Amino acid sequence: MTDLQAAWRDPELAKHLVDLITQAADRPIKLMEVCGTHTVAIARFGLRDLMPPNIALLSGPGCPVCVTANRDIDLAIELTHVDGVVLATFGDMMKVPGSYSSLQREKADGRDVRIVYSPLDAVQLAADLPDRQVVFLGVGFETTAPAIAMAILTAAQRGLDNFSVLSVHKTVPLALEALVNDPEVAIDGFILPGHVSTIIGPEPYRFLAERYHVPGVATGFEPVDVLQGVWMLAKQLHEGRAEIEVAYRRGVSADGNPTARARIAEVFEPSDAEWRGIGVIPGTGLAIRPEFAAWDAALRFDVTPPPPKEIPGCQCGEVLRGVTLPFECKLFGRACTPEHPIGPCMVSSEGSCAAYYRYTDYGR
Amino acid sequence: MRSDRVLLAHGSGGTMMRELIEDVFVARFNDEVLLRMDDAAALTLPPGRIAFTTDTYVVTPRFFPGGDIGRLAVAGTVNDVATSGATPLYLSVGFVLEEGLMIEELGRVLDSMASVAKEAGVRIVTGDTKVVERGHGDGVYINTAGVGVIREGLDLSSSHCRPGDAVLLSGTLGDHGIAVISTREGLTFGTDVVSDAAPLGGLVSAVLDAAPGARCFRDPTRGGLASCLNELASASGVSITVEEESVPVREQVRGACELLGYDVYQVANEGKMVAVVPGDEASAALEAMRGSRYGGDAAIVGEVAEGPAGRVNVRTSFGARRIMDMLVGEQLPRIC
Repeated sequence: MTDLQAAWRDPELAKHLVDLITQAADRPIKLMEVCGTHTVAIARFGLRDLMPPNIALLSGPGCPVCVTANRDIDLAIELTHVDGVVLATFGDMMKVPGSYSSLQREKADGRDVRIVYSPLDAVQLAADLPDRQVVFLGVGFETTAPAIAMAILTAAQRGLDNFSVLSVHKTVPLALEALVNDPEVAIDGFILPGHVSTIIGPEPYRFLAERYHVPGVATGFEPVDVLQGVWMLAKQLHEGRAEIEVAYRRGVSADGNPTARARIAEVFEPSDAEWRGIGVIPGTGLAIRPEFAAWDAALRFDVTPPPPKEIPGCQCGEVLRGVTLPFECKLFGRACTPEHPIGPCMVSSEGSCAAYYRYTDYGR
Repeated sequence: MRSDRVLLAHGSGGTMMRELIEDVFVARFNDEVLLRMDDAAALTLPPGRIAFTTDTYVVTPRFFPGGDIGRLAVAGTVNDVATSGATPLYLSVGFVLEEGLMIEELGRVLDSMASVAKEAGVRIVTGDTKVVERGHGDGVYINTAGVGVIREGLDLSSSHCRPGDAVLLSGTLGDHGIAVISTREGLTFGTDVVSDAAPLGGLVSAVLDAAPGARCFRDPTRGGLASCLNELASASGVSITVEEESVPVREQVRGACELLGYDVYQVANEGKMVAVVPGDEASAALEAMRGSRYGGDAAIVGEVAEGPAGRVNVRTSFGARRIMDMLVGEQLPRIC
């Protein structure tokens, strides 16, 4: 372990923070971690065990795979049926069930689906396969959007007309507003996603504190980071403050990463997006701008998937809003396991059901 | 050898095949039993119970930092034989070659097989070759089977772990899996991690000398340490708790796992051995491991306790506890 990383995993420091959290949490507090990487870190390091009973950590809609609507997965699957199409995707999307199938199953049936590690690899694939149409499945938040914008800019620059992107990107801040407005949810504070905040900075969350009086802390991913974020939230609540603060100072600057944001703005424009379990949230999607329409797979291919259908009994929607804990779902650990997942939250490595199932005693 | 690449004719059973076998295979494996070219190797085995195992090797790319498919194919089967407490003696080798494979490349794979076999003291005594049409294989697939004789009086089994036993690991986790993935097409991060592929017969033998009460050995290959320990805990009806702090992992491997979203406990190893020994033999076993060629970084990583049967726990550095779960399906890199 590097010295820096070791410091963020220091047991003494962690213990001290847990003491501070216990002192500050003088009433029951519900905190939501918005990012799937936090969900995994909390489960993997057993941080929930260390929390005083007054603190509940709920997982939110922060796993990009999980919040992707069936309609969008169905569309990606439909594209693999088009002659000549190679669908390039990040690995996590392979196993996610849509309404009728998954990319993994389509691949086994002979469709050309390839895993890439970076969107630029998909651009190169298009250059290497001039007779094929390479479609990149653009899933993710503000973190992956800059790289995908770069992929489109690179394809444009290289004149690759056999590359396109199916953009089902989502942006985080306005989705949190939808949660705050949801009477079922009642969150006291947000553990804000560190990586997304690296790009957008703390400013876009400010309205949560100012308009709704809900505090948020942009938090990193090592155990001490997470505990620090929880402590700063508990302290704000104890003192009756609601502010947007940054615990993850080594990763988040006051104005985020303007270069990355400029790339996003150059290629994408805000659009409405459908979130699994939440529905359509205006302004939380990233549509490809008309100037780059030539690289927009949704425009290039005229395909209409069959109407989406939801999975009976699956409570991923409630889990993604923090209304239901994974183990409260009737399917969890019984009909729905990582071997035979029914909902996306059990499929994705960042999904909260998978994190609970993999790392805790629930469901066993 | 006239042709510079493998042709379909090399699998025909005729003179072309004979040329391939004599010039390319036998020239390197050069064993008196093999040289007889009989259909079956006639062998004399020392007295005792026999350990017999087989494994098939398929890897992309064929050559990776620290090894190649040939090194894997010999070391892997030697290690499987060794887990039963046997001294590996003889190997069979079967090849499926893809039409068009360069003979020079095949030669390098065979050189590496011969060199690991020599190091492990195991003889390659019989073999087979088939050639498939181009596009129907990935260059070369190798099957090896191995035979060894088990030490007298020894009865190792994954069902023999008992509460109070210690779990030892012979070195750093994840080196092979990360070395291979770092060279895969399309992956744009590089590391200088090299595969750990190595024959461990000597290491097992040294541990058995030092810890005669050893319960079992297991090589944590596909599925990594997680699959290995879960299988042991289930078979023995016990739980195992691993101390996260004590598990050796190279910094670069840890970093690559964080980046890709992999759990290092689930990443494959090809030159590591897990040993479960009674608690009072743990330090002697550890010393023996550390004194072996491939065991310098060995550590005691956990202990066996009574149930819940089949449960593998990890104790994190802050005293929190979580489960060490098995890999489901394929390891896939994550989005962010």
